[in-house]
Amino acid sequence: MTNNFSFEINSLLVALPEIFLLSSIVIVLIIDLFLTSKFRQATYYLTQLSLMVTGILSFNLIGHPETVIFSNSFILDNMASVFKVFITGSSMVAMVYTRHYLLQHSLYRGEYFVLVMLAVLGMMVMVSGYSMLTLYMGLEILSLSLYTLIAIARNRSIAVEAALKYFVLGAIASGLLLYGISMVYGISGSINISDISAFAHDPSINSRDTLILNFGLVFLVIGIAFKLGAVPFHMWVPDVYEGAPTSVTMFLSTVPKIAALAMLVRILVDGLGSMHDYWSDLFLALSLLSISVGSVVALMQTNIKRMLAYSTISHVGFIMLGFVTGVVSGYGAAIFYVLVYVLMSLAAFGVIIILNNKGYEADQISDYKGLSKNSPWFALVMLIVMLSMAGVPPFIGFYSKFSILQEVVSAGFITVAIIAVVFAVISAYYYLKIIKFMYFDESDKDETISAPMDIKLILSINGSLILVVGLFPDRLMNISMSLL
Amino acid sequence: MITLSDYLILSAIVFCIGLAGIFINRTNIITLLMCVELMLAAVNTNFIAFSHFMGDQAGQIFVFFILTVAAAEVAIGLGILTLVYRNKGSISIDVTNSLKG
Repeated sequence: MTNNFSFEINSLLVALPEIFLLSSIVIVLIIDLFLTSKFRQATYYLTQLSLMVTGILSFNLIGHPETVIFSNSFILDNMASVFKVFITGSSMVAMVYTRHYLLQHSLYRGEYFVLVMLAVLGMMVMVSGYSMLTLYMGLEILSLSLYTLIAIARNRSIAVEAALKYFVLGAIASGLLLYGISMVYGISGSINISDISAFAHDPSINSRDTLILNFGLVFLVIGIAFKLGAVPFHMWVPDVYEGAPTSVTMFLSTVPKIAALAMLVRILVDGLGSMHDYWSDLFLALSLLSISVGSVVALMQTNIKRMLAYSTISHVGFIMLGFVTGVVSGYGAAIFYVLVYVLMSLAAFGVIIILNNKGYEADQISDYKGLSKNSPWFALVMLIVMLSMAGVPPFIGFYSKFSILQEVVSAGFITVAIIAVVFAVISAYYYLKIIKFMYFDESDKDETISAPMDIKLILSINGSLILVVGLFPDRLMNISMSLL
Repeated sequence: MITLSDYLILSAIVFCIGLAGIFINRTNIITLLMCVELMLAAVNTNFIAFSHFMGDQAGQIFVFFILTVAAAEVAIGLGILTLVYRNKGSISIDVTNSLKG
């Protein structure tokens, strides 16, 4: 048994980004304690620096041969490294907006940044998890940090309420996920993804074992659907999006989706890929429900954060549709979709945060009336984002929807593709409504919106990426396709 | 002789009680936390039963992690609970209705 515990120092280098991030979290937490209010900006810069170094370390590991360390519980492959780069990168973008928001709403505290870094650490563990235990621990590090982040606006009763709802529903989700894990462990005898996969692929598996595996599988799918926010497990999404401070909404609506997708790939594709016939039916139902409910209910929303929440639900439906196909290119299209979604969502919430100045809470859709006259540039970025989310070419959102539908059609689900397209057309209504408000309605207030230079720069880059990547989607598509 | 299936039936019942408690309970938030604990306890029973009958230690290790996470989760849950009380002056579930969902 002793050789189970032997490890070489080289194997630690594989987990270098996580180890570095964990050390810097501890260091930033301690440094923040001793900062006087004059230097409190330092926490922000240290956070950005740590995230950047973590991203660079992950970037250097791209192309590293597939390695499994820590007794088969931690994997480094291209998918993990690429996802880690995207996770750290989009977190850095989110932090730029976040600082502005926190200063404006006097929520600026050192803990906020530490919690965000902890959430990033949790997500990195999730994308690298190769046993149920590591996946679960990563998920919990992420969730516990997010509950606290929402409640950080502790005097806002709506934020506290959102934190409570997220906490309770998140706890149910982890309970269901754990029950599923225990069933899969019980029947396959291992918590390692590779062993579970070997068990499920075994042709001599008898029908009783398949039945029990299936029983656990249902719970796993429910747990993952909860975390992704798919209908009918979407109840928390609109409430949390509306109640949380906008900077937290921005963070939790974007980056954790990448990690949840990675967990989905690890458990359902790597682990239980041979059970695809069973879980693809569940996914089909979940994704059709998500697309329809997300598109229709969003029509009635007057709060833009709530509207974007329902729009997220319908995007999640499209992402899950990619997994129904059961072919690698379908999974690749789903990965492409999630990366594109993160790009669009960051820009959308970026505009909301910029408009969220003191005395001008841009929560309501009607707040966007006449935006094109007051601040034409922000209105233009919002226009790009909305058109992209609606799936209008040449923006990137078109290609993500197109590639998913292409895979769905070639897998033979023509009716499903038609239903998805119909609801995508319905959902275009509320995206266009915002554009109509911005460009064709008169504003009842005529203040110009100003924003610091760094935010303007990031928002411009973000907005133009939606257009540029939309014109040349091949590169991102190739990356997504090569990950599996 | 207690068999594996006895443990599994027990844990399934406890799990259902916990899950049902969360949805039925309309009185106060502490009960919600207790129901969550019940669900996790059921999962732990499952893991230990499997681990014992298969002679594999991984399940028991998993239980240690679940216990630790559950402790952290309750700490955060009670923290949020005190914030709810401070903002609304009550820990009844009925006060959490300003968001529509």
